Amino acid sequence: MLLLWNLFSTFFKIGLFTFGGGYAMIPLLQAELVERKKWITEEEIMDYCSIGQCTPGIIAVNVATFIGYKKKKISGALAATIGIVTPSFLIILALANIIQLYIENAYVSHTFAGIRIVVIALIADVVLKMIKKAVNDLFQGIIFILAIVTLIIFNFSPAVIVAAAVFVGLVAGKIK
Amino acid sequence: MIYGILFFEFCKIGLLALGGGLVTVPFLFALCETYPWYTAEELVNMIAVAESSPGPIGVNMATYAGFKAAGIGGAAMATIGLVLPSVIIIVLIAAFWDKIKQTKVFQNLMYGARPAVLALILNAGIKLGELSLNDIKTTGLCIIFLGAIHFIKLHPVIYILVGGILGLVLKL
Repeated sequence: MLLLWNLFSTFFKIGLFTFGGGYAMIPLLQAELVERKKWITEEEIMDYCSIGQCTPGIIAVNVATFIGYKKKKISGALAATIGIVTPSFLIILALANIIQLYIENAYVSHTFAGIRIVVIALIADVVLKMIKKAVNDLFQGIIFILAIVTLIIFNFSPAVIVAAAVFVGLVAGKIK
Repeated sequence: MIYGILFFEFCKIGLLALGGGLVTVPFLFALCETYPWYTAEELVNMIAVAESSPGPIGVNMATYAGFKAAGIGGAAMATIGLVLPSVIIIVLIAAFWDKIKQTKVFQNLMYGARPAVLALILNAGIKLGELSLNDIKTTGLCIIFLGAIHFIKLHPVIYILVGGILGLVLKL
């Protein structure tokens, strides 16, 4: 029961402080789940993200479901999923009737302009931290560069990029 | 009846939207052409709200559309509909995860996937940067925050709060 509450409250917090969509959640996952609770490793975050990316649904929800299941089977999956969804559910319900006012409010927009800057810095820090874990040799370096170039120039769908990288990994068969 | 339609329509989006984030937007746009739940203009507003309030945009949008269509019950049905398909799929994958992850095939899959996922994260950062870092002040602040985050390891939530306060004080 304690673990279920722990899962719910941890993902509630992550849901509450995730601004700017799926990947903005990763710095929080790292701080909460890898460094504080030691539930998962940094490599596992990346594995869960690639699974979340290649399966249908909202990536943040997928990652929450996955970690919840890993900790406490189906009840854990539900606790984590409800935890990550509840903050946005409540906030949007509260804002539903005043959405226009909310968007046009100068204080709101200044505050979020500041938050967005931090979110970008947090994401940049994740990239710096993870590059050591994700790029171990020249071959992975090439995959990384090809992926970022195709994303920026050709605007491919993320699922296509991950599928292609997975295929390359399988064909190359570097891990024996 | 409306509950059933909301549940079904958002189930469909949950099942078809691969990759999350703004991927749900085209599906949501198609919905407002079929049902009177919200207008295209409201959808654009919602994207702005979703980007400046916590939580995944798909969840935000399901809650909003469901609320517009049928009050709090509708909000709940649409949100549950959106989330349910992926919960089932992920639970199935997670159930076999320990067996899957030890296989050589899987380790090779992930060997390829990890640098690509890192590229996705970097790309998300670049896209957000293009939207939000539009002058020397914001870019400079971002670099200062990056230095602070990297060398002084405080919890991300603290930086988010500081960023919000700075935004308000400096009128960013």
